[in-house]
Amino acid sequence: MAEYSAFSLLKNALTGNKDWKPAWRKPDPKASYDVIIIGGGGHGLSTAYYLAKEHGITNVAVLEKGWLGSGNVGRNTTAVRSNYLLPANTRFYEHSMKLWENLSHDLNYNVMFSQRGCLNLAHTPAQLDDFARRGNAMRHLGVDAELMTTAEIARLVPALDVSATARFPIVGGLMQRRAGTARHDAVAWGYARGADRRGVDIIENCEVTGFLRDGDRITGVTTSRGEVRARKVAVAVAGSTGQVVRLAGIDTMPIESHVLQAFVTESLKPFINTVLTFGMGHFYMSQSDKGGLVYGGDLDGYNSYAQRGSLPVVDEVMSEMLALFPGLARVRMLRNWGGVCDMSMDGSPIIATGPLPGMYLNCGWCYGGFKATPASGWCFAWTIAKDEPHDINAPFTLDRFHRGLVIDDKGQGATPRLH
Amino acid sequence: MLITCPYCGPRDVIEFTYQGDGNRERPQPASQDLDAWNAYVYDRLNPAGDHNEIWQHSGGCRAHLRVVRNTLTHEISSVAFTRGDHKVAARHKAEGKL
Repeated sequence: MAEYSAFSLLKNALTGNKDWKPAWRKPDPKASYDVIIIGGGGHGLSTAYYLAKEHGITNVAVLEKGWLGSGNVGRNTTAVRSNYLLPANTRFYEHSMKLWENLSHDLNYNVMFSQRGCLNLAHTPAQLDDFARRGNAMRHLGVDAELMTTAEIARLVPALDVSATARFPIVGGLMQRRAGTARHDAVAWGYARGADRRGVDIIENCEVTGFLRDGDRITGVTTSRGEVRARKVAVAVAGSTGQVVRLAGIDTMPIESHVLQAFVTESLKPFINTVLTFGMGHFYMSQSDKGGLVYGGDLDGYNSYAQRGSLPVVDEVMSEMLALFPGLARVRMLRNWGGVCDMSMDGSPIIATGPLPGMYLNCGWCYGGFKATPASGWCFAWTIAKDEPHDINAPFTLDRFHRGLVIDDKGQGATPRLH
Repeated sequence: MLITCPYCGPRDVIEFTYQGDGNRERPQPASQDLDAWNAYVYDRLNPAGDHNEIWQHSGGCRAHLRVVRNTLTHEISSVAFTRGDHKVAARHKAEGKL
């Protein structure tokens, strides 16, 4: 029987809530494992979960430098979508979407996945044509997409300024109805609990300080809590990728680390029931179940590991918000925060074996990592278990840059801050 | 963040345009060394700490600047004109290619 259910909730309520077990154990690291996963964020935890569930590999350690979910899985704007143009991305993110659709049931943990749709606003006829092209590309691969008129958008989001006198008048939009949001912390906790219940050791406050090697081959790691050996060492550390692989003697990567900020306002009554993106700048917004508007904008624009943002971007994001919603001018912002994004050279991720024997790499998520969490773990687990990529992540190699096989959805070229 | 332009003095970061990693070395235009070109376009050191980078004072004197900035603290330890002392240019000059 499922551990979390209406019945167990009632039973524990009647017995004073004394019998709940911790969602995951706090084990000490063993001397060796079959697989070590560096990074206890969303991707590392989902990798551990799918290694155990899909491949029966349960002698696994997840090593986390801080506390579980202290990085980007707890710092994002929670949007989930699969509205990409290029087939490699569309297939991957649609696989993720299908996992999201059953995730709460699969994990027996409510990740509050809410398919409230994601609407990209178009502000010029040319942009709407471009959206129609992307929508057709999505539908060609079986993903839902529909063009909306300004009148339909006005009915869906009444607070939006759809007048012809707006700073950037809205001429239509591209809607993916199955897109939406999820509760980001619950995703980390749910995967952690699912992995832990299958025997995975989740070891927090355990920083990797170096790699153990036998010739070229990686055979384990040294950590702040001692040496841990494993035949397979997987790296899923997002913005810290360059720092971690440098410990293995790899100096350069096709990645730059940049800071992305996000913001939340005070709680409002229901205001917007979809994820909305602005087409004339970089701005996206949704409303949390608590009522706060959760929104974000562009990267700060220069390399940073600071986990905090700069004020010029705050100013820009607020002005974009007001261009769309003049009525929000007097709403107060409660908090803002920053996360370090591993911006790749083509805006697409890397899920691959290597770069050294015994090593596996999961990085380059740019600022799209949250929605990828289930498929990233699913594909990475496959890659680790079978020593070769699944068809879905086969295009996301590390050497694609040097081989001329980039997957550049936005067509921006090798300028990471613009993806 | 303030950047002290050698020509204009301390100015707010919004006057500047980030032009990226200043560690990269562009091969000679006629070079057919594919690895060198790929490394120039795609590979980055991406340090957590002092970072050599190129900025342009696009909202001011428009000079290109070589800036050493700490990516953890945003402290800037050095700003200089790129002109003349850019290390690739200097090396090419030394090798008689320029």
